[in-house]
Amino acid sequence: MAKELFFIIIGAVFVNNFVLSRFLGQCPFLGVSSKTETAVGMGMATTFVLTMTAVAAYFLQNYVLAPYGLEPFLQIVSFILVIASLVQLVEMVVLKISPALYNAFGIFLPLITTNCIVMGAALLIPMYKYNLIKSIALGLGAGLGFTLALVLMSGIREEMEFHDVPEALKGPAIVFITAGLLSMIFLGFTGLVPLG
Amino acid sequence: MANIILTSLLSMGGLGLVLGGGLAIASKKLAVETDPRADAIVEALPGANCGACGYPGCSGLSKAIVEGKAPINACPVGGAKVAAKIAEIMGVSDTGSADDKKIARVLCQGDKSKAKNKSEYHGVMTCKAASMVNGGPKGCAFACIGFGDCVKVCPVNAITMGENGLPIIDEEKCTGCNLCVKTCPKMVIALTPGKNEVHVRCRATMKGKDTRAVCSIGCIACKQCEKVCPFDAIHVKDNVAVIDYEKCRNCMLCVEKCPTKSITAAFPTRKKAVIIEEKCIGCTLCAKSCPVNAITGEVKKVHVVNQELCIGCGICIEKCRKDAIKMVRETQGKCDSCEACAASK
Repeated sequence: MAKELFFIIIGAVFVNNFVLSRFLGQCPFLGVSSKTETAVGMGMATTFVLTMTAVAAYFLQNYVLAPYGLEPFLQIVSFILVIASLVQLVEMVVLKISPALYNAFGIFLPLITTNCIVMGAALLIPMYKYNLIKSIALGLGAGLGFTLALVLMSGIREEMEFHDVPEALKGPAIVFITAGLLSMIFLGFTGLVPLG
Repeated sequence: MANIILTSLLSMGGLGLVLGGGLAIASKKLAVETDPRADAIVEALPGANCGACGYPGCSGLSKAIVEGKAPINACPVGGAKVAAKIAEIMGVSDTGSADDKKIARVLCQGDKSKAKNKSEYHGVMTCKAASMVNGGPKGCAFACIGFGDCVKVCPVNAITMGENGLPIIDEEKCTGCNLCVKTCPKMVIALTPGKNEVHVRCRATMKGKDTRAVCSIGCIACKQCEKVCPFDAIHVKDNVAVIDYEKCRNCMLCVEKCPTKSITAAFPTRKKAVIIEEKCIGCTLCAKSCPVNAITGEVKKVHVVNQELCIGCGICIEKCRKDAIKMVRETQGKCDSCEACAASK
């Protein structure tokens, strides 16, 4: 069991990194990766929400959708509903329990509602038929993978500020090229763990 | 079939009900006491969450304003209107926008008739391109080229190109974003404090004789302004007069003195000191401090300000211990050299 969980987390972080291999969550990946500090904040907030969503998705799938045969057509709608309210709830709880943490998350927390990694992870859980523990591991791994990609990218972009980028490639162009190179580098992890 | 519709309706409805109800309860249970003023400020702000103020979104700024960390005019998008609304919410009467605001001003008066062209330019009609060809068509290397790069770059449409080939900046609309300052290849636009009314509108560092040869309204470094300034606020440096905006008190003496009219001021804004007779005890402090000797009066008798001589520097107000002096706006302009005065008359 422990070995399997380890594989799931490593798989989600490196081999099937949600950003660099599955190409989910490109918007925050390119949008919030200009500074390492904000990248870490965004990564942490997303990891938190992803783990919570994995739990919610597991229960929703196995106790509401699957038993009543609603899976084929209500899955996405209901997941959106759950993710949106979950983020709202998390925002309220964080504000109540730790205003400092709330200030650190700032605008990122509500933005995660529309992060497609969250949706992607939620949809993968019924696809792989994971149990609760494994679902949590997947959510955690997905979040950590997202954080890793974001921090790597922001580090490169901070460094790039000081370099002479060709005029035509300045701005988004060089960022996309960098993202592509990073993605290719992550292909090197293929075969590290058995797929699935 | 009907069964599926029913179950999906029930399950989704139930899910929505549970989640909505849960959130409603949670929002009550987890309600955090917030300053009602913060909520009111969020309403007043534009709500674009653009982050131009430097805070994470409008709610972040509203909190900072309530805590006193940000000024009430911190929203650059909303400008004076929003600042006034926030001032009302916060119970502050003065918006402070005119004092703290930075305004871009064109520091060149060399229009088509005053600064002659040395060559004719036929090419790409932007200041940037023209300035690359032998320093631009104008005879003065520091003059405004007048092709309107600043007009194009201004995000709030505060700049228009005047008929005489000089840009006109609407000081009300200007948000002090610095874009035109950065764009101008001749660097004739500068961000200046909004409260300062006196400006040297010339940046030519050639010798006086050379400046006079290419422009009839340029600074010739005669140093008359330096001599007349009671506050040591204007100095000729590199053949051009430069105002120390910290020291300048808008007395406009240098403007009157300048032989080439390269220093300008909005004369209608000039103020005059008036002594409130009931409060004056005749201590002579004001008369002693006046740089232009406009205040006269004997000891222990009510003093009088000579309105002709008063330059509105406000030093006497600082000296007076009885609050017996007030500043009033001069109703009539004294000169008609600029359009502002001519219009106000």
